Amino acid sequence: MGTHNYNLTEQFEFTGKVKTLSIVAIVIGLAAIGYGFSDHELHERTFANLLLMAYYFATVCMSGAFFLAIQFVAQAGWSAAILRVPQAMAKTLPIAALILLIVVGAGLYTHNLYHHWNAEGLTDPSSPNYDKIIDGKSSFLNVPFFMFREVLFLGVYSFCAVLFARLSYNEDLSGGLNSYNRSFKYSAMFLVFYGFTTPIFSFDTIMSLEAHWFSTMFGWYNFASMWVSSLAIIAVVLILLRKAGYMQFVNNSHLHNLGQFIFGFSIFWTYVWFAQFLLIYYANMPEETVYFFKRFEYYKFWFYLNLFLNFLVPVFLLMDRDNKRKENTLLTISILVIAGHWVDFYQMIMPGTVESHNGFGFVEIGTAVGFVGLFTFTVLTSLSKQPLIAKNHPFLQESLNHHL
Amino acid sequence: MGNIKYILGSFGDPDEMMHGIDKLQENNISIHDVYTPMPIHGIEAKLGVKRSKLDIAAFFFGITGTITMLSFVYYAAAWDWPINIGGKPHFALPDFIPITFELTILFCAFGLVGSYYASTHLFPGRAPRVMDLRATDDRFIIAIDATQNAEHTKIDGLLKEAGALEIKYNERKYVSYE
Repeated sequence: MGTHNYNLTEQFEFTGKVKTLSIVAIVIGLAAIGYGFSDHELHERTFANLLLMAYYFATVCMSGAFFLAIQFVAQAGWSAAILRVPQAMAKTLPIAALILLIVVGAGLYTHNLYHHWNAEGLTDPSSPNYDKIIDGKSSFLNVPFFMFREVLFLGVYSFCAVLFARLSYNEDLSGGLNSYNRSFKYSAMFLVFYGFTTPIFSFDTIMSLEAHWFSTMFGWYNFASMWVSSLAIIAVVLILLRKAGYMQFVNNSHLHNLGQFIFGFSIFWTYVWFAQFLLIYYANMPEETVYFFKRFEYYKFWFYLNLFLNFLVPVFLLMDRDNKRKENTLLTISILVIAGHWVDFYQMIMPGTVESHNGFGFVEIGTAVGFVGLFTFTVLTSLSKQPLIAKNHPFLQESLNHHL
Repeated sequence: MGNIKYILGSFGDPDEMMHGIDKLQENNISIHDVYTPMPIHGIEAKLGVKRSKLDIAAFFFGITGTITMLSFVYYAAAWDWPINIGGKPHFALPDFIPITFELTILFCAFGLVGSYYASTHLFPGRAPRVMDLRATDDRFIIAIDATQNAEHTKIDGLLKEAGALEIKYNERKYVSYE
């Protein structure tokens, strides 16, 4: 017990090997994308990969803002000292949102993505391509309204994410409870908007790749994916910062809490995944089973790997208390979960775009590496702009003395 | 003073009590246990209390539930009375996951309630055993085994020095509600 003396103005310096490596990774990513676009046969696969990683990047940053909002609304004390990491992720959201919008827009207009509902003559009864189902959905799934929704949702998320970061920065400068109270108010409003719109956002961005099929669980299933992978990324960033000598005030009780979050929401992910699977399996209706038929025919390995990495690994490895408290163990498990949710997004996106012409090669790995580099570069840049601790946060002492 | 079994130091303030624990430990006086009306951070580490094994018990209760349900369902649906439901295999695992999950939770919950009662000697109809009634209200009690620590006046002095409001010499281990 008692107060500790930590350097409250400690600042992260983004230089040296990490910066070089992240730039190298971005270059590898650009090379992979360039390679993908140089070969006409690979166009669609490259687009699908770009969508996968842009979506992953944007949703992880969105969930960073969501993490902040939850902490404010719950008036959580334990997390006060680690808030700068999700804040850096939230501040990156405008960039990530812009990249996702470019990928979605380009994919839409070049017909490499969303061709299930966006193709010539699908809604024209006199055309040979006429599709009654798609025509019935066209009041919702049409290009202007689709792009309007994408821009609106990502815009509001980005606006709130930047607002949270700015309020926290004001708090550093002026102190007092004003910023905290305003954060509380905006967080509550953000959570309502976020809760209602993320399912629609994922219906649009991912589910409409296979527009004939639909599932109302899909939104929550996606929410669980993005939230748990974001938690894992927060844990990884914190542990790596600690290993680099920063943020020594993060103790293993903070890691324990994050581990519990990852554990709990991995189970939640499985719950929602299974809720979607079981109903389709049990009802056995052709228009619904087509979704899992494709995944079973062409993606059987990925299908099982998905369950293995996102359910069995976190459940059995994070069940133990000590594993949540040990830096290296939590780091390994978090990385496995992050990779697992790549697999998760992979088998959400690929069967609807490249169908059976999927692959796992330079395009996939290179794009993923590129976006990891981009994430590292942008998040660490915004992390280095402010001190690593919100020194005037009202619950800071509670967080520094956090003990489980 | 021959019949004294336990010496109880009764504190009004948790910090003073923690200080008292330090004092006693410095003088190599073993502490039987400490009773407080509220949880106090860091006290387990100070007293060297071993971590509860309740989580391990929970795992095994849960796994018992899983195995029970899966074997029952296998017996009922695939062995004893197989029925063709929608052309699926008799033992269609996904169908039985929800009920297996429920039974895992049920066994786990009941098992833990049972082990809690068993380990605290607390179950309906039994008068609870306490060493000092005010430990459930507003006092922080350090209990010292008087038969193992002979220097009673020294203990008395240490507790008083640390700020104990009252010191009791109990001839019985528990004063219960009986």
